[in-house]
Amino acid sequence: MSQDIYILAVLDGLSYAALLFLVALGMTLVFGVMNIVNMAHGSFYALGGYMAATLGLWATAHGASPAWSLLILPLAAIIVGCVFGALMETSLMQHIYNKDPILQLLITFSAFMIFEDLQRLVWGTQPYFVSDIVNYLGTADILGITYTRYQLMVVPGVALVVFVALRSFLKLSSIGRQIVAVSHNREISTALGINVKRISLLTFVVGSILGALAGALASPTVSWVPGIGGEMIVLSFAVVATAGLGQIEGALVAAILIGLARSFTVYLLPELEVLIPFLIMVLVLLFRPQGLFSVAQSRRV
Amino acid sequence: MKFKTLSRIFAGAVTVLAASGALAQSKPTELKVGITTFLSGPASVFGVPGMAAADLYIEQLNAAGGINGVKIVPTYIDEGVGADKLLSEYRRVVQETGTKVMLSAVSSGNCNIIAPVAEDLKVLNILWDCGTEKVLEEKRYRYVTRTQANATIEMLSTVLYLLKTKPDMKTIAVMNQDYAWGRDSWELFRNALLALKPDVKIVAELFPKFGATDYSTEISRLQALRPDVILSTSWGGDLDTFVRQASQRGLMKSSLLVLPLAESSLERLGTALPDGVIVGARGDHYFLHPQFKDEPKLKNFTKKFQEKTGAYPIYPVFHMVQALDGLVAGYQKAIKVNKGQWPSTEQVADAMRGLEFRGLTGTVKIREDGQGLEDQLLGVTRKVAGYNFPVLEKIMIYPADLISTPVGQKSPEWVKTIKPELINNPRFKQLN
Repeated sequence: MSQDIYILAVLDGLSYAALLFLVALGMTLVFGVMNIVNMAHGSFYALGGYMAATLGLWATAHGASPAWSLLILPLAAIIVGCVFGALMETSLMQHIYNKDPILQLLITFSAFMIFEDLQRLVWGTQPYFVSDIVNYLGTADILGITYTRYQLMVVPGVALVVFVALRSFLKLSSIGRQIVAVSHNREISTALGINVKRISLLTFVVGSILGALAGALASPTVSWVPGIGGEMIVLSFAVVATAGLGQIEGALVAAILIGLARSFTVYLLPELEVLIPFLIMVLVLLFRPQGLFSVAQSRRV
Repeated sequence: MKFKTLSRIFAGAVTVLAASGALAQSKPTELKVGITTFLSGPASVFGVPGMAAADLYIEQLNAAGGINGVKIVPTYIDEGVGADKLLSEYRRVVQETGTKVMLSAVSSGNCNIIAPVAEDLKVLNILWDCGTEKVLEEKRYRYVTRTQANATIEMLSTVLYLLKTKPDMKTIAVMNQDYAWGRDSWELFRNALLALKPDVKIVAELFPKFGATDYSTEISRLQALRPDVILSTSWGGDLDTFVRQASQRGLMKSSLLVLPLAESSLERLGTALPDGVIVGARGDHYFLHPQFKDEPKLKNFTKKFQEKTGAYPIYPVFHMVQALDGLVAGYQKAIKVNKGQWPSTEQVADAMRGLEFRGLTGTVKIREDGQGLEDQLLGVTRKVAGYNFPVLEKIMIYPADLISTPVGQKSPEWVKTIKPELINNPRFKQLN
């Protein structure tokens, strides 16, 4: 049994890390390009879940097969990112790129609070839950433990696809390279003829879609309640800080690290479960204040 | 100077208020009642139905003439804003609007901090929904009372029901939320269980984060351990999420689930909750209470509540009605004592002690320490025709006087002294 526990803990940890990674990815992407820690990122997670639940309920009411969820979930994320992400970028973020970081933090935090109230206004306070897809895909037995195929395959699968897609997009496509250039230096990018305004909008929308996608993917296994975005923002911040702000590969490693550490503590030292992500973050920041994967900044002047 | 003018107005207002205090016995035109409840955050699954119940029931009371012709006017305060802001709002409502009666709070943490403040402000405070037994056991209050049971009674009755249902249980695991309620309720449950059945083995104690959204690791571990019984005193979104993830993965096939607060989740969980799960109601209230479901009071209220909110009433709804019924009964008793005159806050506070009244279900008696004696109802889930969510069967009622900590004793210690004979006490009745 004792050896089995390690396999189980790895499975649980990876599936949890996948969600964590998706949320952290959006946050770290936005920070990398705009140098802003977006506190409202958790709202996109929450909105993505709510939107997915609403669309799911609507589809069920119209007699659609649960398999459609596989389309509905990303669709919900894209709607949320394109509507709310774009709205926030054009109405708020654009005006604060050159402001004091404290002010930026306060403004994105107030956006978070506005989004929270908006969710209550639209979706009320009672929990939402649409899980047809999980039941549809069924379960798989591993070492006598029942897992849902959804958490074992769909969630980590999507996270992996998104990671590979985003990396190749940034490395290979022209727009992706422009994003990387802006993340290095806004002024020089402008001088080189890159439309920084457009790139910022695009990055922010993509970041929001990623946050919303995590929410949409989580929604079939989680009761969606007010305040759910706030919980996520704290955890994903731990991931982003551990990795080093703006580090995409780092976020993947940090998410897996924290996911695995958490699942092993549940098996071995359950008292520490809540603490462990932050313990890891503190330990890392103590020895590497810039995070695990950040390289030292070159002087710009 | 603006400041001087302002302070003069305040001074004037204070004088007027003080003067009206001296004439407290003259009947007011309306009775202002401040109500703290969760309108935001995860606990709004209780707070919002609680507020809907208050609106509905106060309207009903006022239509029937209020208290001796005095209409009740509620003011709501959101508990979701955090303890500090809640306290300042509480003080503001009491001191600036002349409110003499407060119903507070849903959260046990809030009850603990509000009680001494209410005593200071000399305002009658009814603890209307929180579960902590500590608030009235650790200090004596004059102005603070509670119109429902507390965690001790709730946990002890759950242990009794569990041992009646599954007397041969050998192992148990617990998975509660990591905050005061999750920890305190487990301490009470564990002490009571070990007093009644000392050979039970506790195989896992899991306390995931409050508001956690992923229990898959916990569920894997529980499936590997296969305990006879899994207890969870979680509530709201946390409970819903746990039950759904557990049911998706068939955890209930290997272990009996015991959920003392799940009456409030039944309708939301729908078919995710399988048959045979032990469910508690934090009191003797349930919209299908076998004894009272055909009584007009419960039946009409359930119907009206459903029309208004689209959902069946859950325990915070019953607790709200109970608090209002208790308040009305307290005023009526005090008016009688005061020979028909409108009573002072002190007279009402004193009248609350020893009061007997009925909410929508059984009779509640308030002891001299302010604690309400409310019977407990437990049952197991079962799907039946006519409802698209499970209802309770094999319902048992546990009379409060048999399972309450005596006045002056501390619950976590007292539950250690109970004897196994209690399990088969003939006064514990099965109703259906």
